[in-house]
Parts: sequence; structure tokens; C-alpha cells
Amino acid sequence: MTTKSQALLNWVDERFPLTSTWKAHLSEYYAPKNFNFWYFFGSLALLVLVIQIVTGIFLVMHYKPDASLNASGVPVAFAAVEYIMRDVPGGWLIRYMHSTGASAFFVVVYLHMFRGLLYGSYRKPRELIWLFGVGIFLALMAEAFMGYLLPWGQMSFWGAQVIVNLFSAIPVIGPDLALVIRGDFVVSDATLNRFFSFHVIAVPLVLIGLVLAHIVALHEVGSNNPDGVEIKKKKDANGVPLDGIPFHPYYTVKDIVGVVGFLIVFSAVMFFAPEGGGYFLEYNNFLPADPLVTPPHIAPVWYFTPFYSLLRAVTYPLFGLDAKFWGVIAMGAGVVIFAFLPWLDRSPVKSIRYKGPIFKTALVLFVIIFFVLGYLGVQPPDNGGIKDRTTQICSVLYFAFFLLMPWYSKLDKCKPEPERVTS
Amino acid sequence: MKTRAMKFVKRLFAAALFAPVVAMAAGAALHLDKAPVSTDPAALQNGAKVFINYCLNCHSASFVRYNRLKDIGLSEDLIKDNLLFTADKIGEQMKIAMTRDNGKAWFGAAPPDLTLVARARSSEFGSGADWLYTYLRQFYRDPNRPTGWNNKVFENVGMPHVLWELQGDMVGHVEEKDDGHGGKIKEVSLELVKPGVQTTEEYDKTVADLVSFLVWMGEPMAEKRKSIGVIVLIFLAGLFVLSYALKKNYWKDIH
Repeated sequence: MTTKSQALLNWVDERFPLTSTWKAHLSEYYAPKNFNFWYFFGSLALLVLVIQIVTGIFLVMHYKPDASLNASGVPVAFAAVEYIMRDVPGGWLIRYMHSTGASAFFVVVYLHMFRGLLYGSYRKPRELIWLFGVGIFLALMAEAFMGYLLPWGQMSFWGAQVIVNLFSAIPVIGPDLALVIRGDFVVSDATLNRFFSFHVIAVPLVLIGLVLAHIVALHEVGSNNPDGVEIKKKKDANGVPLDGIPFHPYYTVKDIVGVVGFLIVFSAVMFFAPEGGGYFLEYNNFLPADPLVTPPHIAPVWYFTPFYSLLRAVTYPLFGLDAKFWGVIAMGAGVVIFAFLPWLDRSPVKSIRYKGPIFKTALVLFVIIFFVLGYLGVQPPDNGGIKDRTTQICSVLYFAFFLLMPWYSKLDKCKPEPERVTS
Repeated sequence: MKTRAMKFVKRLFAAALFAPVVAMAAGAALHLDKAPVSTDPAALQNGAKVFINYCLNCHSASFVRYNRLKDIGLSEDLIKDNLLFTADKIGEQMKIAMTRDNGKAWFGAAPPDLTLVARARSSEFGSGADWLYTYLRQFYRDPNRPTGWNNKVFENVGMPHVLWELQGDMVGHVEEKDDGHGGKIKEVSLELVKPGVQTTEEYDKTVADLVSFLVWMGEPMAEKRKSIGVIVLIFLAGLFVLSYALKKNYWKDIH
């Protein structure tokens, strides 16, 4: 480095921890050398967040959160989306990036969470990383839900109507709470405007804050790895973990491969199937919102359907409160229960590689159940028929995976963990 | 490194794939004919002509500007001289004079804007194009309806058969059948009793062109999107090779 630029860097470093931050988080942050395929999804989630924010900025330039009807009798918000699709140069690309990005976000985050389940990444000392992660997941669900109202199509409107009405099932405060969320007695222009505000300002700020906390906590304790062993236990004379390699350049160049691979899949969907077979952009949402016409079947977008199934599984009133309330509790619990994993898993080992047959079976079943619940969530209910019964059985098993974990994870016959990572 | 866990995960996904084989409940199935959708400019131009002459009096296409028709190979003069009925300037949108209130009063329901109809009508029974193609060919005479027309795909539809002069008169033979659950289902079989100006083949072609136009109108950038997509994917494939080589080079001393 030339002396002039070195002098400039020194000037900055005396006033701002530039070099030390670069070292702590990149060039001297030692990550285990045995990361596999599953370790791409953290950086990919960050990439999708950036895609969503950048495309979102451009969409807000042209979008109007206005539910009133224009001269042709179409809601202004709905027309604004079509205006972006047709009259804004490159608008269709930006919009499809954002709508495909929403689904991609959940795909990536679900795979990232599954990685945590596979390798016990939530175990001590990474409980806080996991809790921040659950917070991110919750914020992401709120972000997606409110964003979905903005195109102001039939599914936007009726989906919001159904979900906001759920809050009114909460005893005592429910009806008032639903009123506060909507800002009106029905989903209306007031709802659209406050959801817009939350979608573009409030929730993204929370998301970014949580992502920062998630990464700071991760870099404090260091990354887990597919063997689930702590690389910090074995260090060389300089205090560098023997199985660690600097994040930069090793994982930056590796993550670039992951990014390009992801972009190939992402582009394939965005350019050739942006509707995602009616799952990424629902067909009914090409009709403007009409408060007087209820669609025959209201299904949430695919990423909510496993939890939506938990909601529908509860059909019995209990303790004088109706089934709807308990359904809401089941749905909420189904998400929040992930937060307790660090304390539910009592296995002596972290990674699936050394866990016994019981845990492996439980995880396989859990993934199957998650898919089945997701599938059933888009299907219309069949009034106590085979689908509803399957939903109920799967819901019980879903919670059993978590609630019985303290016992089965302890009972399991685990293999001994290695001293060092295996390559 | 990746042996056990990867094998395990692969098995897991294989299992998950077969999991959702849950019996589908038999609903009211809609039998739709496959629409021969074309992107050929001649077909789209004919479709535009049919659309503007027959549909754009009651239905608007309020997100489409007339000059967008240049995308399907029409010149500005051609559009101005032959197609610009509901507007004065070529940059204007395809709007109509009829108000929604009038539409509702006259037809029972305001005729919907058709810009996105081909996308909105998609369902598990077929694409939106299939729905439209079947719908526009299955009107039949029904003296019980205020317009004198009914439709096999869209029962008790408010729209009369606007294209009847082309297709001719269809009669529907209605048969009540037991649905096996104690209810009745109406089955209509259609018969052409008086041919129109066009033969059945010609009429099918006219509707196919119209539907192709409606599909184009639903997403006019669709072809551009796909052609850009090919370039993007080729670029990314090249970038993937380079980035993989870069990674390999950096990692050669990591064991």
C-alpha cells in the first residue's frame, strides 16, 4: 500500500474502527473449514434482503397506496401495479424481482433454519443467535403478510380480511385489536395505508436491526459446522483455531459461487415462471379487490400454509373459548415453538452426523409433516373428511416433534463426536 | 465431508416428495378445451381486430395503451385509422364510454376490465386461455335468461353471445343427473342448429386469435421477458464457471 493511502487509512482508523472491524468480521474471522452446501443459505438470505430493499425502493417511487377507484372503476393501488408492469421502463422486471424475491426469501430462510436443525446450530453457546433468528422469521412473516395486501387484488384483500379477523378471536381485547390493525371496521384504504407504512418503514427497520444482532452474536461465538464440534477448543500458537480459515477470502469466494448458483435458479423462475404456477402470484390476485365478492376459496401464499394448517386443525372449543381462538394459539405456537429448541434438545451431540436413529427419524417425519401441512393448507377444507383428519394428525405430530424432544433426544443412542472437524 | 449427512438429506427429500399423495376430493370439475395460443403477429393482429370490434364496447382494457399495439406489428397509422374507436390520441388507454353503474344496471353485473382476464381465469382446471377459449365457444340459447343466452362454462352469465353471428345458434340439451351424493348436477350438451357466417373451424380460429390477443394483453412483455431471461441465464452460467474456478484456486491449499 502506498504511503498516502496508508496515511489516509490511519487517519480514519484513529477516528473509526475500520481496519479492526474488517479484521474482526472478515479477514480474521475464523470460520470452520468444513462448511457444506447447507451453509450457503445465510449469505443468500442477506442477498435476498438486499434485493427486496433495492427493488422495493424503486417500486415505492411508482406505487400508490390508494384504495379509491379511478375513472375506470379500478382501485388506484391495483392500477399502480399494472402501471409499473406496463408503463414504467423496466418496471415489470423490478416488480417480478420483488414478487419472486418474497418467495425466494422464504425458501432460503426455511433451508437456513433446516440447516440449524440438522447440525444443532441452536445449541449452547448459540442460543441468542437462534433467538434473533426466530425474531427475523417472525418479522419476515409480518413483512410478507403486509406486503401482500399492497397489490390490492382479491387475494390481497380477502387474505388480509381472514388473517386480521383472527385477532378478533382473542378474548377481551380481540375486537379492539383487530380494529386497531385495520384502522377501520373492514379492510379498507386505512388498512392499506398503514400496512404500506409498516411494510416499507417499520418492519424493514426491525428486520435490519435483528439481522445485525444475528450476525454480531454469530461472530462473537463463532460459527457451528456440520460436525457440531467447537473449533475454538483447538488453537495454534497464535490463537487461530486449527480448523478455522479466514472468512475473507475463503468464504467470500465460496459464497460468490453460491450467489451465482442461486441467481440462476432465481432468474429461471423470474424470467420463465414468475407466477410460480399460481403459488408465487396467485391467479385470483389479478382481479382487483372487491369487498362485495368473496372468492370461493381463500388460501394464503404457500409460505404460510403449514402454519395456516395448524390454525385450521383446531376445531373444538375449550374452556369456554371458541375453536378459532385456540386455532390462533396453535398457529402462533407453531411459529414461536422454534425459539425453545435450544432448551428442548438434550442430546449430548449437536450434529445429525452423530445423533442416533430416534432423532434422525423424528427429523425426517418433521420435514414430511411440514410439507404435508403446507400442501393441505392450500386445499379447501373437506368438513371433517380425510384432509381435515390428516391435518389434525399432522398438527399433533408437529408439536410432538418439539415437545417430546427433551425425552427422545436424551434416550437416543448417539455416536461420539470427533475431536476435530472431519473433511 | 458430505457423505452421511448428504445421503440422509437426499433420502429425506425423496420421502417428502411422495408425502403429499393425499386423495383429492372430487369437486365440480370443469372440462376445458386446450387453447391453441399463438404469438404469431398475424393471429394477434386478427385478435386485436376482433377484440376492438366486439369486446371493447362494454369491456375496457384500461391498462393497455393503443400504441402498445405496435408491439404486435401494427403501424401507428394503421392503429389510428382502423382501431382507435374509443380514444382520440394513440397514447391513450383502451377505455370505454359506458359507466360501471350503467353496466351493472344493464347486465346485472358491470362487465369486467379484460386487461388481465387471461391471467385471472387460470385455475386448477386449466390456463386462463383454456377457460376463455372454451367459454367463448359454448354459449347456447336459453329463453329463461334475460339476454336469451346461457353458457356451459359460466352458468347464467350476464353477457349475451356477442359473437353469435359468427358462430351461429347453439342449443343446449339440459340433462339432470345424480351426482352420487344425493344432489343433482346439470349436464348440458350443445348442438349447432343454425350455422353462422363462419364454419366451426373458422370460428374456432377466430376465438383462438382473440384468446391469443387476450393472453398477449395480460402480459405484453412476456416474450421480451423470456428472451432477456435466456441471455441472463447464459451470462450467469458463464459467471458460475468463473466463480467456481476462482473458488477452486483460492481453496487449493485448504485440506
